[in-house]
Amino acid sequence: MIRESDDVIVKAVARLLMPFIVVYALYVVMHGHYSPGGGFQGGVILAASFVLLGVSHGLGKTRRRMSEKVAGVISSIGVLIYGGIGALCLILGGNYLHYGKLSKLLHVTPAEARSLGILGVEIGVALAVMAVMCTVFFAIFTVGESPEDDRSVE
Amino acid sequence: MILPFNLILVLFVYICAIAAITIRDLLSAVVILGAYSFLMCLLWTEMAAIDVAFTEASVSAGIGTVLMIGAISKTKRRSKD
Repeated sequence: MIRESDDVIVKAVARLLMPFIVVYALYVVMHGHYSPGGGFQGGVILAASFVLLGVSHGLGKTRRRMSEKVAGVISSIGVLIYGGIGALCLILGGNYLHYGKLSKLLHVTPAEARSLGILGVEIGVALAVMAVMCTVFFAIFTVGESPEDDRSVE
Repeated sequence: MILPFNLILVLFVYICAIAAITIRDLLSAVVILGAYSFLMCLLWTEMAAIDVAFTEASVSAGIGTVLMIGAISKTKRRSKD
């Protein structure tokens, strides 16, 4: 269990840095299909912002923003977005993840539908990776703690 | 591709890799592994694999170091062998 840091400088720098990390992660996710980056890297950077919060402000405050339960739900939602978009293309008569078929549903040209489809998939990947990385972080830093830990008490 | 730059990078990668597996203090080994990750990241960039370099920098040097420090904080800092 990480306690809250006593150092004012560490906490202030973490507080200042966190919004920029989140904005950079969203940039990486949103521009994943034009430039280097994408869902996986953006999700890892998003998780890094939570890791920074956990290291500087303690696990208790981090759990209030992102608990294990919420992380599990978000990772499931991410996988659902990925699989859902793929299955939607399957239902509309194409192959799995054949985004061009989404043009009928979104009322855009097939080229625009491909761009939007891969953006949706990358958002799903980013959510799943972010939640799973947060889960791994919580699991490693809370291993071997007493059963009275608030993890087991739902 | 700049050959002298690449050779210097490979030399540093070798030094970091050998230091990380021979050093006794596990916390120092993790920090050296972070340096190794950043040098590998530079090497990937030199080989024009920007996506791989991005992944190496964010996963290995960012999250991996924190997770390994967490694992050390739950076990012992000194290695026995």
